[in-house]
Amino acid sequence: MGAQTDVLHLSRDEIEKIQLEGIKKTVVDCYENVPFYKKSFDDAGFNPYAVETLDDLKAAPFVTKQDLRDNYPYGMLARPLSEVKEIHMSSGTTGIATVGAYTEHDLQFWGDCFARGIRYAGGTADDVFHVCYGYGLFTGGLGAHYGGLSAGCTVIPMSSGSTERQLRVMRDMGSTIIACTPSYAMHLADVAIEKGMNPAQDFKLRAGILGAEPFSDNFRAELERKLGIKALDVYGLTELMGPGVAIECLEQKGLHIAEDHFYCEIIDPATGENLPDGEWGELVITTLDREASPVVRYRTRDITRILPGTCACGVTHRRIDRLHGRTDDMLVLRGVNVFPSQVEDVMETFPEVSSWYQIELTTKNSLDNVTLKVEINPDFDFDNIGAIEKLQAAIQKRLKEQLLIKINVRIVEPKSIARSEGKAKRVIDLRKGIYND
Amino acid sequence: MIKQITVFLENTEGRLAALTHTLRRANVNMHALTISETSDYGLVRIICDDPDAALAALRAEDFRATETNVSAIEVPNRPGGLADLLDTLASLNMNIEYGYCFSSKGDNAVDVFKISGHAHTAEATFKLEEAGFKALRQEDLA
Repeated sequence: MGAQTDVLHLSRDEIEKIQLEGIKKTVVDCYENVPFYKKSFDDAGFNPYAVETLDDLKAAPFVTKQDLRDNYPYGMLARPLSEVKEIHMSSGTTGIATVGAYTEHDLQFWGDCFARGIRYAGGTADDVFHVCYGYGLFTGGLGAHYGGLSAGCTVIPMSSGSTERQLRVMRDMGSTIIACTPSYAMHLADVAIEKGMNPAQDFKLRAGILGAEPFSDNFRAELERKLGIKALDVYGLTELMGPGVAIECLEQKGLHIAEDHFYCEIIDPATGENLPDGEWGELVITTLDREASPVVRYRTRDITRILPGTCACGVTHRRIDRLHGRTDDMLVLRGVNVFPSQVEDVMETFPEVSSWYQIELTTKNSLDNVTLKVEINPDFDFDNIGAIEKLQAAIQKRLKEQLLIKINVRIVEPKSIARSEGKAKRVIDLRKGIYND
Repeated sequence: MIKQITVFLENTEGRLAALTHTLRRANVNMHALTISETSDYGLVRIICDDPDAALAALRAEDFRATETNVSAIEVPNRPGGLADLLDTLASLNMNIEYGYCFSSKGDNAVDVFKISGHAHTAEATFKLEEAGFKALRQEDLA
């Protein structure tokens, strides 16, 4: 705990010294142990042995999600499997998942990073830490779990689902800090209220560390009021580690990056040029001491900015602002990352439907509700309600298999999906509480 | 055997009205119309005097419309009229996918059936005629 506290209050010079050392080690490690980096550094004329300043990293090429996919499953590993203790994967089909591998050291600092959020919330060994992120390949559940252990809390590994049981355990065990997606936290609050409880009083909850999807300030205010908590935003991604790359403190004015493990840059997504602090752009991250899956200049596609100035909480690690959207068309649905192209791939396997489709996102019981509207082809024999319903069910089943989330399929009339200049608007987002409402 | 037009309609206000306007413009006269609905959409089935014109007009206005052969059988307009017909169908091992009835003239009612499977419609109509029922033809409705 003492060492952790000290790390959070290092001077700028001390942090930058750690970062420079970490970058030097990481680029050489990548160059020598990962064929992908050897090639991409050589192609870009980037000499990993010549890095002398933080600025020198700007000469290194970017890494994209596609690069990681292309090297599935083990192509990006910088350590032999014998040193790898755990594997996580981003959502997606087997073929396009991205893999994160962790050595003992990697798991250790992952826990430390997430534990910072618990500490920001005032959490100690006396806290009962209730994890209702899904456990499994998704980094949410185990990442939070390791964070709880690292912070010394009593961890309750609830995983997601079974809302009534969640509420019972939360009340009976006296859970004080909760970790889940913001929409699930709202769902818990709403169900509790529906059951005649007043969660702000009946539960001992006082903080939530919420992430895996964006939520607006209004949504946060409502959640805090209903649950009687301070809701802290946590950022992370499987490609880098998982939740804990950056977490809000009680000031709620941006998320402190774990700057002793991650080096963050903001770039102009169109030109790739670095932007000064304060300007909005795409977040690019380099790991500083990740052993199994080191990453150099990963383009997150998340839009944020580095907040200038220091934080009133005293933590010296710089902050990123809360996310402001994406540079691509990725959707975050119930914490799962979905690209419209994945939906398109599924549609193409059904000759009965046309290529016009539309994804409509709404909020139902505080959770994302996804409806896919599709048009049937003229030659489909629809004079049979059974045939239409069978088709609906088949598409729904395949989407669930491929995308891991439930999508309601609705067959609609031809041309009822609006075309603008011949191109359909693929996604209609009517959800409440995303970004700013 | 006659032609039935089936139209796929979303459950939204005004869609059925739009369909009837299209048929009015095409000068199509309907003898029967039924709606089967689910929560999201409905199937509208139509018997009319000119199914080809109806189909062309509906498709031209972007309705998802299709033509299906159905059996239309005249039965005496009295108690047990339909029961007799159904008994005959059962004895011929013919299964009904859906059906509806309408009266055209005073003495007779017309029962419309979709027999399971496409090939069966012509066969079913023929066998019912053999059994003594009068099956309507498209000309009877024009």
